[in-house]
Amino acid sequence: MAMNDLLFARSQMAMSLAFHIVFAVIGIGMPVLMLIAEWRWYRTRDKTFLELAKRWAKGTAIMFAVGAVSGTVLSFELGLLWPKFMEHAGAVIGMPFSLEGFAFFTEAIFLGIYLYGWKRIAPIAHLLAGAVVAISGTLSGAFVVCANAWMNAPTGFRMANGEMTDIDPLAAMLNAAAPAEVIHMTIAAFAATGFAVAGVHAFALLRGTPHRAFHRAALQVALIMAIPAAMLQPLAGDFSARGVAERQPVKLAAMEGHLRTGPASLMLGGWLDPETLTHRGAIEIPGALSLLLHGDRNASVAGLDAVPPSDRPPVTIVHIAFQIMVTCGMLMAAVGLWTIVRAWRRRRGFGAPLPDDRGFLRAILLTSPLGFVALEAGWTVTEVGRQPWIMQGVMRTAEAVTPMPGLVVSFVVFSLLYVGLAITVLFLLWRQILKTGVGGPSPLTMTSELSITMMTPTAVFPTVGD
Amino acid sequence: MELTWTLPNAVAGVMVLSLNAYVLLGGADFGGGVWDLFARGKARDEQRAVIAEAIGPIWEANHVWLILVVVLLFGCFPKAFAHLATELHVPITLMLLGIVLRGSAFTFRTYDSKADVVQRRWGRIFSVASVATPIVLGMCLGAVSSGAVSTSRVATAVGFPARYIMPWLASPFAWSVGTFTLVLFAYLAATYLTVEAPTHPLREIFRRRAMQSGVLLLLVALVTIVGAWREAPILARGLTQGRVALGMHAVTAIAAVTAFRALWMRQYQLARLAAAAQASFILWGWAWSQFPWLLPPNQSITSLAAPRITLQLTLGVLAVGTLILLPSFVYLFRIFKSGTTAFDGVKEATP
Ligand code: HDD
Ligand code: HEM
Ligand code: HEM
Repeated sequence: MAMNDLLFARSQMAMSLAFHIVFAVIGIGMPVLMLIAEWRWYRTRDKTFLELAKRWAKGTAIMFAVGAVSGTVLSFELGLLWPKFMEHAGAVIGMPFSLEGFAFFTEAIFLGIYLYGWKRIAPIAHLLAGAVVAISGTLSGAFVVCANAWMNAPTGFRMANGEMTDIDPLAAMLNAAAPAEVIHMTIAAFAATGFAVAGVHAFALLRGTPHRAFHRAALQVALIMAIPAAMLQPLAGDFSARGVAERQPVKLAAMEGHLRTGPASLMLGGWLDPETLTHRGAIEIPGALSLLLHGDRNASVAGLDAVPPSDRPPVTIVHIAFQIMVTCGMLMAAVGLWTIVRAWRRRRGFGAPLPDDRGFLRAILLTSPLGFVALEAGWTVTEVGRQPWIMQGVMRTAEAVTPMPGLVVSFVVFSLLYVGLAITVLFLLWRQILKTGVGGPSPLTMTSELSITMMTPTAVFPTVGD
Repeated sequence: MELTWTLPNAVAGVMVLSLNAYVLLGGADFGGGVWDLFARGKARDEQRAVIAEAIGPIWEANHVWLILVVVLLFGCFPKAFAHLATELHVPITLMLLGIVLRGSAFTFRTYDSKADVVQRRWGRIFSVASVATPIVLGMCLGAVSSGAVSTSRVATAVGFPARYIMPWLASPFAWSVGTFTLVLFAYLAATYLTVEAPTHPLREIFRRRAMQSGVLLLLVALVTIVGAWREAPILARGLTQGRVALGMHAVTAIAAVTAFRALWMRQYQLARLAAAAQASFILWGWAWSQFPWLLPPNQSITSLAAPRITLQLTLGVLAVGTLILLPSFVYLFRIFKSGTTAFDGVKEATP
């Protein structure tokens, strides 16, 4: 097996997942936003919120579609790239994937009802349909992440003569790493989508728009979802880190740049040299990591040197990615806290209303991409940090890769494919924005002519009958 | 212990069912692309409009059925999945490329109304991908049926082309199955489009197309069966021997004749129903002929199946999932068939 083929296989997988996760996360976050907006309309009968829910639903349909296409490609890729892994793992973790299929299907049906049922069903039924979309979207993500967690904490089988026996798919799905990953991932989806959407509307308010009321409402709803998520996320991350310390000490060492076993400091910034196991230029807080993990500044923590070099992940990438994630997370939480303080003060009569405060709007705008940055960085930590294992301690990535040579071609082909898909999405969104026009007529009359027929009953079931 | 025999076959049955849905729904989408390519004459743009109307943009929801097949394959027959994904890596990649390109090109052609040249180019990509993808899909199935990528054959292959290219590319049988798939999809689409077409002249065009492709389908079917005798003996034997095979041929023939007669008499609803039945019988006939082999000639459905507990859980998930999905579907249909727009949300909101 040429080393290059392995590298291309890994890059292709990473690229595909990095692409898919963006749309998957939007597919989890947006339905919740729609739901909050619709709920507010339901309670207040303020048409602005109704229009908001409708507009968001249209954008979500595009994203949902791209999530599904890229997911299709992924489910084939699992076999195209990692047949040896799937041969063994398929029977153990196939179940969460079939569960995801059904969750997705439910989501698709109710999204269809949601999109086209505005005038056809009672408002409360419509609201409930939206709730089903949100719940099944979240479940969709949770199921696959369980499969991923299993790669970090493989259970539910026994290894005998290179075969997995005594399989227990339920135990595998509910593995030790699953709760932390599912919680952290789901919150990440809300935080990332929430801040990104808030950023779009903050931008519109900053630029000046005839539809201030509309964008104010949108900003408010987006922040209602984003801020609690952003403030919970560091806690969830801490929970994740404790799990990793217990089950994947080498991954933790790589994340923290903790090179030698012993009392551990927190390393901020700087450069690592994995060859000589030394640091350069990092800010060191002595004993802080030991304190965080064990409540004792002198507790020993396994370092990278606990395992031979062939069992170590690419430490530089993992360390940098982890710091990017944590930095983004802290900034988002801080902006969240500041917003709450500002809103509270405003209520007591101090300062300008938030949507008129350009400083506040700029802060939201600057924060808006951080969730997605943290998301990609976090997955890099999880996946690269697990190397050289595809299943922690059970199977190496190099053993899992397809025997087919020439994977560079496949990598190039799929890269082009994703570039094409990305351009498609940007094109559609751009059109959507252009159509609904920042300077156009009242937002309450504008409807995009983008007819999304994909989820109408006839598209799903165009044959027999009717 | 009997269960160990029944469970794998039950899952395999669900997979054929799902493939059946894919052929009827997704297949027709591909077929639409084929007729887009062949749209000629004065009514060219109208034909294309009808076809576009019948297909959803970017992502045709119908691919869900294909995904279900894949997920069931890797969950319940992981060895078969690993084997096929390795040996058929190249055609599967081409198929994915076709699916994604087709969807994207369709989107651009539909929504990018600026330049005519650019639009034509997108249209070209859309229709070429619509033609190529079913052929490759059929070739993969053909290569499996003939045992060209069987575990025993693969073990003797030396070199990249001999192992990864030639088994499917150099097999006349694979090509004939590929062509058959394409013609079948085109036939289905044309028959469906007779119902969807809004005007009489358009209906006549698609009626003619349906009848032409129906005849072609019969011819390609004969070529395929001849090819099967040479390259896929297990399939050929299954297709021609035994009472069940004969029965399958009989019902397929009845469906085909009904479809043809209905087209002739311009009973389009009936034609659509009969054509769908015909395609389904063909698929089940193929599955039955190959039974009990998953990877002919030596790997059976039972021998490749995952442990029992996995199959039980998967079938359980399928059952519970269906219990949730069926009422949801019914609800969806009730909403959209009833045609009421009693709840105009915006109007209601105005005090
Ligand atoms: C909005 C996105 C986001 C934000 C703000 C954070 N994370 Fe995160 N993190 C993720 C998004 C993410 C993720 C992409 O969703 C990951 C990848 C796998 C997973 O379960 O979540 C992840 C993984 C992940 C892991 C590895 C889990 C594993 O390998 O099993 C740890 C230890 C942390 N995170 C810790 C943190 C800490 C201490 C944060 C403090 C602020 C933080 N994360 C913010
Ligand atoms: C259910 C979810 C996931 C599964 C089953 C999964 C599975 C895999 C597999 C099989 C590989 C290749 C083998 C390996 O390198 O270990 C891989 C690599 C990788 N994945 Fe994931 N993954 C998942 C989620 C993600 C997501 C959402 C991302 C987002 C960015 C991601 C990023 C990566 C990266 C960066 C690599 C390359 C690691 C390396 O080779 O150094 N993964 N993943
Ligand atoms: C190897 C990993 C993965 C595979 C094979 C995969 C596969 C798929 C497939 C096939 C679909 C379309 C659903 C269908 O048509 O049945 C899909 C959609 C989706 N996936 Fe993934 N997926 C993977 C990773 C992830 C991860 C890590 C998440 C994390 C949150 C995720 C969340 C979703 C969601 C929410 C959808 C619904 C579509 C949407 O809302 O846009 N997937 N995925």
